[in-house]
Amino acid sequence: MDLVQLQRQLVDYRTSLYHEGFLDEQFTQLQELQDENNPDFVVEVVSLFFEDSERLLNELSNALEQQIIDFKRMDARVHQLKGSSSSIGAQRVRQLCIVFRNYCEAQNVEGCLKCLPQVKHEYSIVKTKLESMFQLEQQILNAGGSVPV
Amino acid sequence: MGLKLQQSQHQHQHQHHSVAVKVNEQTGTKRGYTFIQANRAWLPKFLLLWVMVMAFLSTWIYKKMDADIKVRRKEVLSSMCDERARMLQDQFSVSVNHVHALAILISTFHYYKNPSAIDQETFAEYTARTAFERPLLSGVAYAERVVHSERGEFEKQHGWTIKTMQREPSPVRDEYAPVILSQETVSYIESLDMMSGEEDRENILRARATGKAVLTSPFRLLGSHHLGVVLTFPVYKSKLPTRPTVEERIEATAGYLGGAFDVESLVENLLGQLAGKQAILVNVYDITNSSDHLIMYGHQNQDGDLALLYESKLDFGDPFRKHTMICRYQQKAPTSWTALTTAFLFFVICLLVGYILYGAAIHIVKVEDDFHEMQELKVRAEAADVAKSQFLATVSHEIRTPMNGILGMLALLLDTDLSSTQRDYAQTAQVCGKALIALINEVLDRAKIEAGKLEMETVPFDLRSILDDVLSLFSEKSRNKGVELAVFVSDKVPEMVMGDPGRFRQIITNLVGNSVKFTERGHIFVKVHLAENTKPVVDAKVETCLNGGSDGGVPISDAHQFKTLSGYEAADERNSWDSFKHLVSYEESRYDASINMTVPGETSQSVTLMVSVEDTGIGIPLIAQDRVFMPFMQADSSTSRNYGGTGIGLSITKCLVELMGGHISFVSRPQVGSTFTFTADFGRCKKASFNDTKKSNTEDLPSSFRGLKAIVVDRKPVRAAVTRYHLKRLGMLAEVAGSVKIAASACGKNGSSCGSKIQPDIILVEKDLWLSVEDGGLSLRMLDWKQNGQAFKLPKMVLLATNITNVELEKAKAAGFVDTVIMKPMRASMVAACLQQVLGIGNKKQAGKDVQNGSLRSLLCGKKILVVDDNMVNRRVAAGALKKFGAAVECAESGKVALKLLQIPHSFDACFMDIQMPEMDGFEATRQIRMMESQANEQMNGSGIDKGFARKGEWHVPILAMTADVIHATYDECLKCGMDGYVSKPFEEENLYQAVTKFFKV
Repeated sequence: MDLVQLQRQLVDYRTSLYHEGFLDEQFTQLQELQDENNPDFVVEVVSLFFEDSERLLNELSNALEQQIIDFKRMDARVHQLKGSSSSIGAQRVRQLCIVFRNYCEAQNVEGCLKCLPQVKHEYSIVKTKLESMFQLEQQILNAGGSVPV
Repeated sequence: MGLKLQQSQHQHQHQHHSVAVKVNEQTGTKRGYTFIQANRAWLPKFLLLWVMVMAFLSTWIYKKMDADIKVRRKEVLSSMCDERARMLQDQFSVSVNHVHALAILISTFHYYKNPSAIDQETFAEYTARTAFERPLLSGVAYAERVVHSERGEFEKQHGWTIKTMQREPSPVRDEYAPVILSQETVSYIESLDMMSGEEDRENILRARATGKAVLTSPFRLLGSHHLGVVLTFPVYKSKLPTRPTVEERIEATAGYLGGAFDVESLVENLLGQLAGKQAILVNVYDITNSSDHLIMYGHQNQDGDLALLYESKLDFGDPFRKHTMICRYQQKAPTSWTALTTAFLFFVICLLVGYILYGAAIHIVKVEDDFHEMQELKVRAEAADVAKSQFLATVSHEIRTPMNGILGMLALLLDTDLSSTQRDYAQTAQVCGKALIALINEVLDRAKIEAGKLEMETVPFDLRSILDDVLSLFSEKSRNKGVELAVFVSDKVPEMVMGDPGRFRQIITNLVGNSVKFTERGHIFVKVHLAENTKPVVDAKVETCLNGGSDGGVPISDAHQFKTLSGYEAADERNSWDSFKHLVSYEESRYDASINMTVPGETSQSVTLMVSVEDTGIGIPLIAQDRVFMPFMQADSSTSRNYGGTGIGLSITKCLVELMGGHISFVSRPQVGSTFTFTADFGRCKKASFNDTKKSNTEDLPSSFRGLKAIVVDRKPVRAAVTRYHLKRLGMLAEVAGSVKIAASACGKNGSSCGSKIQPDIILVEKDLWLSVEDGGLSLRMLDWKQNGQAFKLPKMVLLATNITNVELEKAKAAGFVDTVIMKPMRASMVAACLQQVLGIGNKKQAGKDVQNGSLRSLLCGKKILVVDDNMVNRRVAAGALKKFGAAVECAESGKVALKLLQIPHSFDACFMDIQMPEMDGFEATRQIRMMESQANEQMNGSGIDKGFARKGEWHVPILAMTADVIHATYDECLKCGMDGYVSKPFEEENLYQAVTKFFKV
């Protein structure tokens, strides 16, 4: 595929991610932090995020299946998830985490049960989106071009 | 009773005392009932008891007083009675003595003389003439002792027979006692035998036996029918032996002298002489026979006060007879009104006192009840207030988060392809959102100030650049309105001051924002000078008057124009040119003089600035002026309709000014304008930190203009001074000319004579002035100039304008002005940029952000920083951000690991600590780290070794909290546990920079 077209596609894709609210300014800052000393910074951080989030989401699902639900623990997990999502700028996940935390604080089982799939859903979307974005970037790099900022 | 009274008094005292104590304690204890409160049900009973006790007491008083009166009455009676008795006795004895003397007279002249020297006639005469000596005796008579054997001879000698009392010839007896001599008053008893009457005989016998005066018992006297007694005195013929026996006495007896005492008239007389005759009744009794008292004076059955009697003994010199005087009051003892009144009054007074005390107690109870109620209400109100503040803070905070989302989205939306209508809508929404955010911030500020949580920063900042920034904020608006916006800072104001730049900016923004809102024409003028400079201005004013205002340099074409910035009248004339120019000139002179020496004020630690914001807006209505600084109060409801705003800004401004140690005031005249003036205390910058911070914190003004010369052509002196101020800041030398002609002539002069003082590089011409001057003249002048000045570098002509149309711009170009027009409001940086363009001097200045970025890098480069966060993504991001600025970063995933890493000695320069972590949170970790450090410091100081090893003398690693929510409470908590500050998470460069500067000063 044409390199320029690829680059353009990437920019468009990225813009759409911002516009649709998947990402926010924080992600831009993250990108700014990436430089020649640290060429894979964004990818590194985002994979950390995936790793961490999957662990947390699993724990959350387990916790909700328990007879006695430890809401304090759940709250801590969601707080973690909120922190990491806001760090990478995954704002939809973050917003949902805020709601989720409220349910945890209120010890609202139904709310939690409703919220968890939503968070999972949002997370998988953002994961897919980011992965496909990285893929695009990789393609550009492979084609010998540079990733537009 | 007295004891009871005392007790009750004591009780009352105790009650008062406890009230006082309680009031003092009230602040401490919320619910404390006093003695009165506790016994409130007993109060009426206390009152009743009091009344009863008092009634009893007053009865007692009455009785006591009454008894006293009676005693006194008795005493009076006794003394009166005794007095009377004594007098009676005295008078009586006087008479007796006289009779005694008469007896001696008779014995002398009747018996020792022979023949007798006394006959009836002589006796009568003598007694009559000495009667006054015996006022008590109705009469005296002498009876001779005649024994029966001598009767015949006696009767023959006297020529009459002895008769009995009944005036009959006396029967035969042993002895007779016929009266031979008698006073005329009793002459009727002559020749009567005194021994014929039983009483008299007894008397005579006793008299001659004792030789003393004796008395009969009382009987009715013959003449007067008054009660009386008869006194009998023996007369002896021969001289008696010294101690005569009774027989010798009887033998020696020659006769008897007798007199009748009219006791009734005697006592009557006597009493008549004494005061109080009417008050008492006197009775005199003969009590010789103790079973049968014979009355001598007074009536037996008299009414009168029978309850009280007094008896006085009377001694009339007759030992055989006993007399007594009995006195009593004529009237019964009157009711003692004094005692009654006293007792009654006492009762009434006590009743009143009791009632007053009762009333007081009731009042105290009521007041205390009220007090408790008030206290409760106060607590509730305070709680409500706190709740309100908290609510405001929380809600504002909660609103801000989604609002930021909305604004972000709107910004993104505006970046997309939109139709013009959509764009318009989106823009409107964005503007509204921004306004809402601003309002929320204000409310949050207000809540913080109310909660006393707002703390002032103390960092060095450049006041002038802040003012420039604020002005640039409003430049768009003011330009659209055609309002001139200008700032002037006196040279005396230090370049850098210590204070809170954010809050200072807020104050200025509020004031200028207000002014811009309410001003449709004229100007808004911000002026800053030292507060202590106001005084010399007044002096200078006086000077002007003396000089006669010889200000020839500035011709005023328009006489009725005011000498303010724009020519419109301003509310506070202190800002007009008249005083302003003196401030300027005064400062210049002082400035010049003090270049090489320290100005006294400079040595002090703080500097007080006076800032005034003058506008020519609609002003504040007089009635609204006193509530200008009250929150949510606007001049009237139409204000908010027409101009918007909540009216909270000025109240915040006032609070902020007061927090800065100053005060704010204003002068306002409706339809003329308002001038707000405030003072604020700032610290002076130390020279050391001065250079350092100046580089990083402020935008650097280019130095390439240093030494350039400029002429400012402006008819309005205040405006010219402002222009000059900005040029001066760029290091340029500026002169002011009142008109183009003057400026041109100055240049012209230069043209002809080289080596002159001023060779302007730039001429700045005010647009108003240029338009008002005839075009042709100016351009001609310009042409001349150009021809003359071939050999010289021609000065650039620059136009100054608030707003300019394209037509005007074309005209200006044609007239010889350069393309660039300096648009007002002027800012040093903007002027610099324009002049760079005009003069073609290269701009070596970097973009502001890069400078800061670079400085952050310089601060953090090579520093070893520990990042503590349990969230690995966050940790990675924070580490990445810090690494980007050149810091060496190490990470710890929990407080415990951090503690281990920070065991002393360590080589970390700073620590960024997440607050919410499992197991050990950020606060706890910090506390432990601080504890460790202080232990280490103590040890080090104690042992005194390795002083060189320790950095700055002791261990204290700066710890900054990383937190997503930046509410004030969290910040307080951070400081409390020993942290040095906080940064928001995720990092923002500016925020990070501000936090880090404090610790890494080079």
